Amino acid sequence: MKLPIYMDNHATTPVDPRVFKAMLPYFTDTFGNAASRNHSFGWVAEDAVEKARKQVADLIGANNKEIVFTSGATESNNLALKGVAEMYAEKGNHIITAATEHKAILDTCKRLEKEGIKVTYLPVETNGLVDLNKLRAAMTDKTILVSIMYANNEIGVLQPVAEISKIAKERGALFHTDATQAVGKVPVDVTKDGIDIASISAHKMYGPKGVGALYVRRRNPRVQVTAQMDGGGHERGMRSGTLNVPGIVGLGEACALAKAEMPEESKRMAYLRDKLKDRLLASLDEVYINGTMEHRLPNNLNISFAFVEGESLLMGINEIAVSSGSACTSATLEPSYVLKALGAGDDLAHSSIRFGLGRFNTEEEVDYVSAKVIDVVKKLRELSPLYEMHKEGVDLTKVQWTAH
Amino acid sequence: MAYSDKVLDHYNNPRNVGSFDKSDPNVGTGMVGAPECGDVMKLQVKVNPATGVIEDAKFKTFGCGSAIASSSLATEWLRGKTVDEALAIKNTDIVNELSLPPVKIHCSVLAEDAIKAAIDDYKKKTEKVETSVQAQA
Repeated sequence: MKLPIYMDNHATTPVDPRVFKAMLPYFTDTFGNAASRNHSFGWVAEDAVEKARKQVADLIGANNKEIVFTSGATESNNLALKGVAEMYAEKGNHIITAATEHKAILDTCKRLEKEGIKVTYLPVETNGLVDLNKLRAAMTDKTILVSIMYANNEIGVLQPVAEISKIAKERGALFHTDATQAVGKVPVDVTKDGIDIASISAHKMYGPKGVGALYVRRRNPRVQVTAQMDGGGHERGMRSGTLNVPGIVGLGEACALAKAEMPEESKRMAYLRDKLKDRLLASLDEVYINGTMEHRLPNNLNISFAFVEGESLLMGINEIAVSSGSACTSATLEPSYVLKALGAGDDLAHSSIRFGLGRFNTEEEVDYVSAKVIDVVKKLRELSPLYEMHKEGVDLTKVQWTAH
Repeated sequence: MAYSDKVLDHYNNPRNVGSFDKSDPNVGTGMVGAPECGDVMKLQVKVNPATGVIEDAKFKTFGCGSAIASSSLATEWLRGKTVDEALAIKNTDIVNELSLPPVKIHCSVLAEDAIKAAIDDYKKKTEKVETSVQAQA
């Protein structure tokens, strides 16, 4: 076993060597511009792009003409929301999303609000899921789009997308899902799930960074988005810009591998994740799992170790790469808004650790990580005045703290 | 973020971890911060009533590595100082000693607040004792 151990696969994943190998020729030998229609360099590149387009489409049960390549999920989310708002402006001006969405959705919505779009941010239940009745109640005749993520990037919970889509369609709205964390990890099917638009990223599924896709439904209904990048009219006019051929080949290969290996891999992920969870719960008291375990990515565990601050825990397990919802680890010095949205209290957000297992993690690593985390949590609790008070039977919610 | 060697040393080998009996008249206890802010420091001093010298100090901290290091360092500095000397410890001294980056300055402020709160608590206790002695006389 080699240190450090990478267990932050929701942030990014390493490129699978098989993906890397597939990409390599497109940097040097077959470097053509896929838009060059009049020589073999261009044709070879175009063939590679079209093969990848089919590989992406196949993974999500789509038609290859419904795939638009982008620079990643952030761009895909921007294109989906801004593109729909602009294209369907005459139909309505209301978008519904959720409080636990990724910043690429939330900040895009904030921008749209400045431009006169009305946005409803649905709260989530303590299990992290959207309440369908609240969604139903929020729908209006002016609602043009419902955008709810497939799987959450922090707590890994899977939203009931098929039911959400039904509710959106009953009122004539489109359904977009940020499927960045889900595609390649759990079966995503645009037909079964009723998805009209979906955002996809390569680097969360063992593909390269800087490439992604937007699925845009062509039939029942035919969805159109207004381009947000003007230029040569690539990607059927929806996204101009010379195609990132090696990146797109990598995304395609990553999708093909995910499709072939998902049944086995998701079982293995769930086994390792549950082993990690069971070990931590067996050895430590006052440990809380954030978000439902019932509807969750197989590789995600988000857990709060009460009375221990997240950054100090990361410091103690510095040879393990994971992330925390603690304010001290965020650029904004605010604890995770996703965990706050669950209503668990800021103190538990500060104490949270996100484990993101991946294709290359081993059982030996999981054993090492669980033992190390248990050891450091115990050590830090010896240092914690809160744990001492808890042990003395003090109700920490009743204490007059001096907030600063 | 990279931690300074001194922060790492205090984090890995925290000094004077523990608690004194809060009801001991010679013990001053300061508890500052809040769980929802991500840091709580408990700092205690044990004062020799005859000399006014802090004979021992202990801490427990819920917080990041820099908060743990700031309070650990504070207990080291407090031992052997008189109560008035202790009040002269400034958060900037802690920042300099531990090479804390700007985002961690609040940890040092919290440590200074904890020192002040502990000494304040001790002083209040001694005042009470004096008042009750006078009342008896």
